[in-house]
Order: sequence, then structure tokens, then C-alpha cells
Amino acid sequence: MSTLLEGFYSAFAALGVPWIVPRLIVMLVVASLVIVFISVSVMFMIWWERKISAHIQVRYGPMRVGGWHGWAQSIADGIKLLIKEDVIPAGADRLVFALAPMVVFAAALAAYVIIPFGPNLIVRDLNIGVLFYISISSLTVVGIVMAGWSSNNKYSVLGALRSAAQAVSYEVPLVVSILGVIMTAGSLSMIQIVEAQQRIWFVIPQFAGFLIYLTAALAECNRLPFDIPEAESELVAGFHVEYSGMRFAIFFLAEYANMFTVAAIATTLFLGGWRGPLLPPWLWFLIKTYFIIFVMMWLRWTLARLRVDQLMNLGWKVLLPLAFLNMGITGLVLVLRG
Amino acid sequence: MTVTQTVFFLMAALTTGAALLVVLAKNIVHCAIALVLTFFGVAALYVLLDAEFLAAVQVLLYVGGITILLLFAIMLTSRISARGVKIMNEQVGMSALVVFAIFALIAFASLKGFAVVGSLPPSSYATASLGRLLLTTYVLPFEAVSILLLAAMVGAIILARREREKD
Repeated sequence: MSTLLEGFYSAFAALGVPWIVPRLIVMLVVASLVIVFISVSVMFMIWWERKISAHIQVRYGPMRVGGWHGWAQSIADGIKLLIKEDVIPAGADRLVFALAPMVVFAAALAAYVIIPFGPNLIVRDLNIGVLFYISISSLTVVGIVMAGWSSNNKYSVLGALRSAAQAVSYEVPLVVSILGVIMTAGSLSMIQIVEAQQRIWFVIPQFAGFLIYLTAALAECNRLPFDIPEAESELVAGFHVEYSGMRFAIFFLAEYANMFTVAAIATTLFLGGWRGPLLPPWLWFLIKTYFIIFVMMWLRWTLARLRVDQLMNLGWKVLLPLAFLNMGITGLVLVLRG
Repeated sequence: MTVTQTVFFLMAALTTGAALLVVLAKNIVHCAIALVLTFFGVAALYVLLDAEFLAAVQVLLYVGGITILLLFAIMLTSRISARGVKIMNEQVGMSALVVFAIFALIAFASLKGFAVVGSLPPSSYATASLGRLLLTTYVLPFEAVSILLLAAMVGAIILARREREKD
């Protein structure tokens, strides 16, 4: 892989092209590949979620489109969303309304830079690794607030405000729960965190951290039982009430892309990343990630939605103290072991 | 002009342009959104200076925390988010004077140049050495800042409580 890149770069250098040009081409290709991966993965996840929800509710779910168990349902839905009319409400702030889905999707896309699909299958192994994800994911909330405000609709503003409150509250336990892993591994780099799990997956010594991370991550993705920002029964659809067609599809895409990111980070930090016997590393990584996504879907179709006050109580009074306790104990054990 | 310089000037232009928008935009929500862009521009400048940790923390705290809280406050105050706000008042001349004085001071200092303070660690270890320094050499200032923040937080809680008792 890297020799191929070197060859590509030197071929351009021999032609006298500035060094930035071939690198920009490589960046564009990689970004396009990531977007293709996101689209395919999201279409699969939507179909899968509909199947899981159907089976939990003793139904069949989509069965017709494409033949085998309605596998082409998401493709059909995607095409439908693409050809729908682009509606912008009369009272909306047009520029912010148009920008909001892009901001949300850009944040979701940027997070893929640090996902290690395999030993060499990572866009960039940044020194700050996990921290990059934590900081770039906070941009999602800005996009959601922009969408909610620019729609000029009570429900969407309420949804956006709830989303902001939720994201700010759950970001704290999320970060603190990750700290245990970072302290044990002694690095923020995703590759080095996976390398540090050679002997034992961090889910065993950091089980409390894993549970806290998973709970906070569900809240960060606005998924049930933490979906009050888009609670259908109270807020119609929350921050994206006024969005339809392709703009709505982009929000949807970003939401599922975020779900994948969150699950991939959980895999990397707690489940040993790409490590596993027999199968190739990337396949192990995808199996573990989709397993966590399955757990997230399973929770969504099993649990009821929390109220706003319950949500805040859980975040600040349960998860945060537990996360700090986990961090303290990890530090103590590390110091005692030397 | 090298690539780094090009990126620097692009990012500097973005930062100052967005910062101007923060001050001059009529709609206060647009100001807040422009502020996000400004913070991102500053983070990009940090990356150019090999301060990746600082860049990530900049985005995490300023975009993820402060701007969100700002937007939150704006949206809860319906009177200012609904229509445009007045951006100029009678003190515009005075503040222009102060701003130009500060600008001149900074420009003078930058042109004169700063003495180099010690040697920098290689950038790949910057985060680790930053953490080590914060917990060894600079542990006292670090803790003092923590206590300051804690005091601010306790103060905010007390203020919020007192308001609730009045209702």
C-alpha cells in the first residue's frame, strides 16, 4: 500500500509537478472511498435496523424490493429521496437552513479519519487520535442547532435545544470513560491503543468504562432511549421537522454514519480493534463494529424513551461519578503496579 | 510561496473574515455561527504550528462547549434571536480608538519579534510532554486554575439556586 503511494508520488515528482498535487489527488480518492463506504454501510444498517425492529415486534419488515428479504429496500428509498422536491419553508433562514445538513455530515465524515479498519487501513494515525474524534464530533451539535433554529418552527427549536443540552451533558462522562483506556494504553493514537490490547482486550479491565462509554455514546447519537431531541410523539421529528428530500436524507445518513463511528471507536478502545484469529483484520473489525451496532439497535427497540429530567439525572448523577470513580481506580491500579 | 504559507494565509483570512462577521452581522445567531468558523480557523492555525493537542482542545471546548452554550442562551432569549440587533451605538468612536491602540501594540510587538523560550520537543511527543509538564513543573499553576474554575462553578450554582428560591 505505502510502496504504491510512494511510486505514485515519485511518478509525479519526476514530471516536475509540485508535491502537493499528487497528495491532493490521493486525499480526494480516499475521501471518495470513505463516502462510498459510508453510503453502502448506512444503507445496509437501515435495512438491518428495519429487519431487527420487525423481528423484535414479531413482523417480517421489508420483504418485497429486490427479492431476498427486501434487501434493496434502502436503495429504493434512497432514490425516492433523491428525486423528491426540495422544499424550504417560507419563514426559514435560507442560508443557515441549507448549511446545517452539510455541517452535520462534515462532522460525521471527518470522524472517519481516525477509524483503524486494519493495521494499515487507517486514513491517518493522528497523535491525538481519540481526542480528534471527541472534538470534531462536537460540531454535530452546532449543525443540529443551526437546523433547528433556521427552520423557524417551535418543535424544531425545542428539539435542537434538547439536543444541545443532551450532547453537552453526555460528552463529559463519554470523555472521562475513555480516559481509563488512554491511561492504560499510554497513548491517544488509535493504532497504539489497539497494539496495547495484544494480551487482553480493554473491555475486561475497563468493563465499567465500556458500559459508561456505550451509554453516553447512545445519547451522543440521539438514539433511543435517549432520543428526546427528536421524540416523535412530542416534537413530531425534532430538529429536522422541516427537512425533506435530499436534505433530510443527509441528516439520516449522518446519524447512521455517527452510529458506525461510535461503534468503531468502542471496538478500537475496548474490543481489541482488528485483532482476532483466522479471519483477516478488516473483517474482524467490521464484525465487532456491527455487533455493537446490533446491540444499539436491540436497545432501541426494547427500551422506552427517558424523560428530560431522568436523562439529566442519569448523565450528571450516575454516569459522571461512575466515570470519575473508574478513572480514579484505574490510576490507582496503574500507580500500584508501577 | 510554499504550501504551508498558502494554507496559513487562507486560514488567517478565514479567521479574520469570520471574526468580522461575528461583530458586524445583524442577526445574533449568524454571529454565533460565524464564531464557530473563527474558532475552527484558530484551530487550523494551531495545527500549522504543530500544536495538534491545542487544536483539538480548542475545537472541543470552544465549538463543543462555549458556542453551544452561547446558542442555547440566544435561543432561550426570544427577544434577541427573533429580529436583528443594533450593532452600533454612540461609543463606536471610543471603541475604535481602543481597538486600534491594541492592534498597534500587537503589531509593534510582533514586528520587534520575541526571544525563543527554550527548545521545543518533537511534535509527535508534544501531547505527552505537555501532560508531563502540567503534572510536574507546572502543577501548582494548574491546580490554582482548577480551583479558580471550581469557585466559578460553585458561584454559578449558588446564583441559580438563589433565583429559584425567589420564584
